[in-house]
Amino acid sequence: MATTLTTAPGTTTPTRPTQPAGGGRRRGRFNLPAGFAGLIWLAIVVIPLYWILITSLKTQSNYFLSNPFAPPTEPTLDNYRMVIEADFVRYFFNSAIVTAGAVIPAVLISFMAAYAIVRASNRSRFLRSVNAVFLMGLAIPLQAVIIPVYLIIIRLKMYDTLLAIILPSIAFAIPLSVLVLSNFIRDVPRELFESMRMDGATEWGTLWHLAFPLIRPALVTVTIYNGLSIWNGFLLPLILTQSPTQRTLPLALWTFQGQYSINVPAVLASVVLTTLPILALYAVGRRQLLSGLTAGFSK
Amino acid sequence: MTSLAPPAPRGSTATSAQGGRSGSVAWLAAPAFLMFVAFAIIPLIGVLVLSFTQWDGIGDIHAAGFDSWRSVLRDPGLVHALWVTFLIMILSWAFQTPLSLLIGVYLATRSRYREILAVIYFVPLLLSSAALAITYKALLDPNFGLGAGLGIPLLQQDWLGRDNLALGVLVFVVSWQFIPFHSLIYQSAVRQIPKTMFEASEIDGAGRLRQFFSITLPQLKYTVITSSTLMVVGSLTFFDLIFVLTGGGPGDATRALALDMYKRGFQASLMGPASAIAVILVLVGLGLALLLRRLGGRDATESQMEGV
Repeated sequence: MATTLTTAPGTTTPTRPTQPAGGGRRRGRFNLPAGFAGLIWLAIVVIPLYWILITSLKTQSNYFLSNPFAPPTEPTLDNYRMVIEADFVRYFFNSAIVTAGAVIPAVLISFMAAYAIVRASNRSRFLRSVNAVFLMGLAIPLQAVIIPVYLIIIRLKMYDTLLAIILPSIAFAIPLSVLVLSNFIRDVPRELFESMRMDGATEWGTLWHLAFPLIRPALVTVTIYNGLSIWNGFLLPLILTQSPTQRTLPLALWTFQGQYSINVPAVLASVVLTTLPILALYAVGRRQLLSGLTAGFSK
Repeated sequence: MTSLAPPAPRGSTATSAQGGRSGSVAWLAAPAFLMFVAFAIIPLIGVLVLSFTQWDGIGDIHAAGFDSWRSVLRDPGLVHALWVTFLIMILSWAFQTPLSLLIGVYLATRSRYREILAVIYFVPLLLSSAALAITYKALLDPNFGLGAGLGIPLLQQDWLGRDNLALGVLVFVVSWQFIPFHSLIYQSAVRQIPKTMFEASEIDGAGRLRQFFSITLPQLKYTVITSSTLMVVGSLTFFDLIFVLTGGGPGDATRALALDMYKRGFQASLMGPASAIAVILVLVGLGLALLLRRLGGRDATESQMEGV
């Protein structure tokens, strides 16, 4: 994270070099109460994170003896070794397979659908109803339909497989992805599509050679948003899998915690390990990650 | 919903795909549409159908008329679950909204210091609910957690063992997790307020507080509604967090609607009543979304469609 600290301000300053900085608020006038409140919130955020990190480096006996906020006198990675030996590598790969296996198809088919909706929904009643269904779909909570999803998965004989998690994950990633992507495709100038058509390009070709590169940032955004929610997903793995070999990370965390609840440092090491990939992503592409998170929601 | 099915055969235009003529793109929407129908729309209808059946989750499904509905509606557990859900919703909304708003406004001003704060503020977004619940469970453990370690009796409460405390902890953890998200929404909304409005008010001699209440807040009206809708409708679906943090306990003190459904369906093997609860969940969610939409003049989906 240290790297982002230095790059972040650097990337913004070039765009807004002079003093009237913000879009809405003016410059950072010195504001003591706000600064103070900001620090309090900082403490509220940082203290648990700090505690997770230092505790995960303590031995179990040291944990009970030492001040919880004192850094470990002899930091150890034993907890991490224990977590990794508890088959977390497998769970990591399961999570990676589920996330990649769901996000890539979900984004691609959402992109195709968004393209079709933008290009032809004024002519096609089918596309208008598809769009209406997706908009309504935004309001369907996964929890509410989990029982029939479970039934479908059983009937498809996919219970206790990773595919069982992947398929519903794809479906529930679609509505928001289509919404965000269609907003971006709508911004592509109409003339570009026209000129592609003049050149004899097919819709399929226009889709991949014109729309795809032009809205790549939106595709990244949507990929990140879906990736994060699927990586952190808990309900689908809980309901649709059973055996340890099919466990994904959030579920593994939960069972690990159930087994070793006394060994707090080991439990927290498992928390750190499962969050590490996302933290790495945050360090590399913080801006895109954050814009991905609020993709469909900012005004 | 039924009117959606008929137009599907238009996918027959697939043959003209090579032609690339207009109107031949509808088939591109077919994969997403089919996937969504199969795993969201059919289950949505399915949950209504299942609420009129009897099923233990493994064996055969039998029609059971209104049995599940009768048992669910007569069960005081439903009222309790609704009440818990409502409490969590209201408390977490009341706690999150002012804080997110203030943090969002604070972070909207571009300064190096605030940029650095923002980097840290948003870290809670990255943790899964399961990871968070596990962390707070350990942190608040009366014997091994924070209070015991620091030796401060005030912190040494049985946080998750007493009804009101457990609910309070839940609201706090929810807020800790989601305030960054809502701050982010407010931050970008504040940055879209025309700068001239602030400049004009400054010339008129308005102070910082006056600006906040006369410009920032009114300009954020729709953002407040979007964010509130997400909070309120989202709070109906808190499951992971409650499941791992309290398991609905102590007793039934934090047994919210979604957890109630899970326990009835997947632990007590009563899929019929659980489906009835799920239907209620959908109805409550839709009702709230419509209510908020009426309050604000438009709803989350519409406001999403603007911007970008």
